[in-house]
Amino acid sequence: MPVVTLTVNDELVSGQSGQSLLSLLKELGIEMPTLCHLEGLSDRGGCRLCMVELQGSKRLFAACVTPVQEGMVVYTHTERLNNYRRMILELLFAERNHVCAVCVQNGHCELQTQAAKNGMDSVRYDYLVPDLPMDASHERYVLDHNRCILCTRCVRVCDEIEGAHVWDLMGRGVNSRVIAGLNQPWGDSDSCTKCGKCVQVCPTGALTLRGSTVAEMEKQHDFLKWILTGREKKQWDYS
Amino acid sequence: MNRVELQNMAQAETERQNAFRCRLLCCASTPCLSSGSTAVSEAMKQALTDGNLDAEVEVVATGCMGPCSRGPLVTVKMPGQEDVVYEKVTPEVAKEIVAKHVTQSKPVSENVLPADMPFFVKQKKVVLANSGQIDPERLEDYVARGGYAALAHALREMTPEEVCATLTKSGLRGRGGAGYPTGIKWDLVRKSEGDKKYVVANGDEGDPGAYMDRTMMESDPHRLLEGMAIAGYAVGADQGYLYVRGEYPIAAQRLQRAIRAAERRGLLGSRVLESNFNFRIDVRIGAGAFVCGEETALMASIMGRRGQPVPRPPYPSERGLWGKPTLINNVETYGSIAPIILNGPEWFSGIGTEKSKGTKIFALAGNIDTTGLIEVPMGITLREIVYDIANGIPDGYAFKAAQTGGPSGGCIPSQFLDTPVDYESLGALGSIMGSGGLVVMDERSCMADVAKYFIEFCMDESCGKCVPCRVGTVQMHRLLERITDGSATFEDLETLEELCVLVRDTSLCGLGQNAPNPVISTLRYFREEYEAHIKERRCPAGACEMNRIPVQELNTNSRVYSQNGAQAEPAQA
Repeated sequence: MPVVTLTVNDELVSGQSGQSLLSLLKELGIEMPTLCHLEGLSDRGGCRLCMVELQGSKRLFAACVTPVQEGMVVYTHTERLNNYRRMILELLFAERNHVCAVCVQNGHCELQTQAAKNGMDSVRYDYLVPDLPMDASHERYVLDHNRCILCTRCVRVCDEIEGAHVWDLMGRGVNSRVIAGLNQPWGDSDSCTKCGKCVQVCPTGALTLRGSTVAEMEKQHDFLKWILTGREKKQWDYS
Repeated sequence: MNRVELQNMAQAETERQNAFRCRLLCCASTPCLSSGSTAVSEAMKQALTDGNLDAEVEVVATGCMGPCSRGPLVTVKMPGQEDVVYEKVTPEVAKEIVAKHVTQSKPVSENVLPADMPFFVKQKKVVLANSGQIDPERLEDYVARGGYAALAHALREMTPEEVCATLTKSGLRGRGGAGYPTGIKWDLVRKSEGDKKYVVANGDEGDPGAYMDRTMMESDPHRLLEGMAIAGYAVGADQGYLYVRGEYPIAAQRLQRAIRAAERRGLLGSRVLESNFNFRIDVRIGAGAFVCGEETALMASIMGRRGQPVPRPPYPSERGLWGKPTLINNVETYGSIAPIILNGPEWFSGIGTEKSKGTKIFALAGNIDTTGLIEVPMGITLREIVYDIANGIPDGYAFKAAQTGGPSGGCIPSQFLDTPVDYESLGALGSIMGSGGLVVMDERSCMADVAKYFIEFCMDESCGKCVPCRVGTVQMHRLLERITDGSATFEDLETLEELCVLVRDTSLCGLGQNAPNPVISTLRYFREEYEAHIKERRCPAGACEMNRIPVQELNTNSRVYSQNGAQAEPAQA
């Protein structure tokens, strides 16, 4: 693959043409905040946390969906970007009922981690406190809409990796909601294979194992890499 | 059908029309239908039958004639005489028209619109040339006015490169709002490699108060089909999709009938006009989402997916519908194609300003005397539109602002009334040309309230994919609600301004990026009005009910609100 050279934060670096800017930044060890992105799933550019500045453009670009290009001049952590990231996190915290202290994911939550890392210490906006239900109809897992940030990782992993497409979205705007099947209780879904991939990729406490209590839920997404390596290279590492 | 047969059809239709002693054109587009034009045309037909005039007088259901607030409209056409337009025709007036004007050639004076009205004189009809003149459901009527001649000409005399070059030379820019040069876009798609290409017409018009596209589709559907077929020939596509908003059932029905009529005559489908060019068009009906007017969301919707935008690049010209190169234009852009091919690019570029060529359709709405649909040359001033064409503001109120471009646009205050209307000038004022909605507001309108209305619209229509647009617009709406109910502080105004910048800079698609425009532009020109709401808790325009009071608790900085209507005492130290 042809190599392209570009400037990242005033340093000359090289990457492979066709790769996304975000993957290059990761290779370079530059820590980029992300929520909807997950290695192994398709990118959608929805959380807007990985936005970068490109010299010569007034617009900002989401690094996950921007391919690297020859001669790009990229800035990843300017004052303006950091500020925007904090504001986006504040908006997320104000959107639904993210009460960390009583959340099963407390301490292991990606939203919480991003807030801490980006210096978001308070929320200046009105909490919208929507009245949202929980779905505990599944024998093994629980869905809590109050913690959902609509990153659609569950939708994508179920569709792209498991191939079941149990999850999708309904409604629009702030009323969007993740639904199982044709908006039925998760437990009634005939297509769910109970594999739990959606639970493991969920960045917050929206999808959890049944029976876990406060701060108990920890998630692993190593399996994604394992499955993808196995499928692509036919190397299944059972060690 | 070939070229000669097309000419024969045109001639036969012209002769048929000239054989009538009089033709009564009755508007049958949505505004007139809703004010009762069906009863009017029934009454005219009945009166003609009663008077035994059926054979010599024809009643035609046409498209839009323009001054919609004066509907139902009827035009009386008599050979050798100027057309007479009647406004506010009731079934009684219709009978009178038949009795006096048709039989005795004496116009019924009270309802006649003067032919020298600025509304008609100041317009230049290019795209709407046939609107209100032909029966949209009769192919022959369109052909008699030169229809499909441009397609025949392009197929026979021009190469696809030449069609693109002609458009580039004409200076035509996209009429959907962004103003991208049409010729360059077509050429990009033409050069894109792909075994299959698509042409898409965007008829998902959603701006509040705007109905340019609907009128075009309802009044002259064949013009749109012809433009799309020329586009298909120019870019090498054999399939077109017409995306029509779900709220436009009449437009969708007329387009579907028009497609069938054109296919039956060999003007669409396989071997168009007996050439080697094949082109099919299918109608796709939207399901009521504003965001589907955004091109990537529109394509997702055509493909049967959830109507959500995806990041660009890749642009549709490289990878669009089902991954194939796709040309997307607004229906008004397609409506401009046939006249450019027939009259030449120089003729078109002779109209308008240096960078904005041709004409633009505007839907006039708001506090003006005559609302309706107009087509004006680019570069006309706002003053001419508001005070001449629309006949000014009724009841002696003063002009305050004109809102262009719908929820993505901005407000233009009175000091810029003499600005020429073109892409660049409106952009410099912090507004946009947009698709052509133009809402005039007088001094009774509160600008913060207007901004709140548009933000509420964007909040409801946000698809929910990206965070800034999904949640940012909700927070902006809350802050504007506080400003307009009297419970805001200056801190809220600051937060609002910060949010405007965030949503503009970080949203994924045009909907979010442009959603703060109404707030930004009203803050730019009417800041003192916002401040009066906060500082004096007074709405200068008298539009807002200021029934809530902020209560600032000392030391804690948290607010407590009184219940709606009940006046709470501000906390004293």
